[in-house]
Amino acid sequence: MKRLLTPLAALALVASAALPAQAEDPFIIVQSTTSTQNSGLLNYILPIFKKKSGIDVRVVAVGTGQAIKNAANGDGDVLLVHAKPAEEKFVADGQGVKRFDVMYNDFVIVGPKSDPAKVAGGKNAAAAFKAIADAKAPFASRGDDSGTHKAEKRHWKAAGVDIDKASGDWYRSTGSGMGATLNTAAGMNAYALTDRATWIAFKNKGELEIVVEGDPKLFNQYGVILVNPEKHKHVKVKEGQQFIDWLLSAEGQNAIRSFKVDGQQLFFPNAETAEKKKAG
Amino acid sequence: MFESGSILSLAVGLVVSGDPELWSIIALSLRVSLTAVALACLIGLPLGAFLAVVKFPGRGGLVALLNAFMGLPPVVVGLFVYLALSRSGPLGVLGLLYTPTAMIIAQTILVTPLIAALARQSMADLHGEYDEFFRSLGLSTRQTIGALIWDGRYSLSTAALAGFGRAIAEVGAVIIVGGNIEHVTRVMTTAIALETSKGDLALAMALGLILIAIALLVNVAVLSLNRTAKRLAYA
Repeated sequence: MKRLLTPLAALALVASAALPAQAEDPFIIVQSTTSTQNSGLLNYILPIFKKKSGIDVRVVAVGTGQAIKNAANGDGDVLLVHAKPAEEKFVADGQGVKRFDVMYNDFVIVGPKSDPAKVAGGKNAAAAFKAIADAKAPFASRGDDSGTHKAEKRHWKAAGVDIDKASGDWYRSTGSGMGATLNTAAGMNAYALTDRATWIAFKNKGELEIVVEGDPKLFNQYGVILVNPEKHKHVKVKEGQQFIDWLLSAEGQNAIRSFKVDGQQLFFPNAETAEKKKAG
Repeated sequence: MFESGSILSLAVGLVVSGDPELWSIIALSLRVSLTAVALACLIGLPLGAFLAVVKFPGRGGLVALLNAFMGLPPVVVGLFVYLALSRSGPLGVLGLLYTPTAMIIAQTILVTPLIAALARQSMADLHGEYDEFFRSLGLSTRQTIGALIWDGRYSLSTAALAGFGRAIAEVGAVIIVGGNIEHVTRVMTTAIALETSKGDLALAMALGLILIAIALLVNVAVLSLNRTAKRLAYA
């Protein structure tokens, strides 16, 4: 028994010793969405914040629905997501302190170059969704209650299409993240709704390209909320608030603006900064 | 679509470049999974031997349960540990969620039944052979279990390796309780899942090759230790 365990224990020791000493820096946990992580935005702006504040930001990147639920369980200090109605409900329920606009980008509809539903070049999301449904062209949905999925459902409703009836037929609900859904869409040459940031940074586009963009209804707003310390005593109010203040400051907003992939700006800051307010 | 040669050279390049980030991810993977397997052995080996040696009513049912738990879905174990460690859960005050400790707990739960079930099977076979001999020596149950584990140590190392294989390969549990946080709880499997979701399939596959190579190295290390020990024992 001992002899059996010794090599294992030795290996475990070696592995622990090989690890750099755990940072003692203060840290906060941010529940956020896959789009902010997969696009590379957080990897770009968080080191800038860390340099200024000394605070480590640990990001749990999941769908907006799951992020909000995790935060409501108290498993995070700050929530950074993109589903305004759900965020406002989170604050109204007393789970969050206050919601602030941080930045926006937009959703795009991507689809195969062959474009079986003949929607390419359109600027009306609802009309495109209607055409996809009429053509029974394959459509890959997140199906995971994320911010993108919530937005997609709004467009189907506007198009007057009952997708529940089509599920499993031309409508494929993947129940997974944006990247996994795009992989699926690329694999079956399906249409999909995605945020532009994830799309630009995504590397497995296959035959897919943007077919519809520019509809004001495809607007995608991100908000930030401090988890309510009155509900969850352990929330790191000082550090969490410091992060939110920085995101909303001119410096944080500039950091968001200067993040680019392939020369393209992916997120557009639109916080009500103190400077902007002064300027009126 | 992808050339296997380019993926292989990407994998080799990653290892050779000595990228500190990659190495810290590999080290965390090993630390979490090896610790979990060591803990699972401490619980699972005596438990398996006990079930092989001691007859009691309901033993058959317990063995069936143990065997069924070999197939515990990692994502269910992850969910269970998340609910226990969440700030809203019974153990929330410990603040363990999104730490390597949480990942070790989840993997220990995941592999203990596997190690116990495999240990029980090989101990039962061994016990059948030695039963009369042990009885003639007048060994107590505790002594019998100790002697069986010692005699069966080589086949038990296979059980431990099976446990290690399950732990190092799973993603469902660690991604829920660890959160895949960069520099804190990101391990090989969650890094592979992340790169896949970014659509960087070549990098994901290269990381997969590295993971397989690590598993191979650990297996070779344990087998050669076994062989050396055997040679010394019979020399």
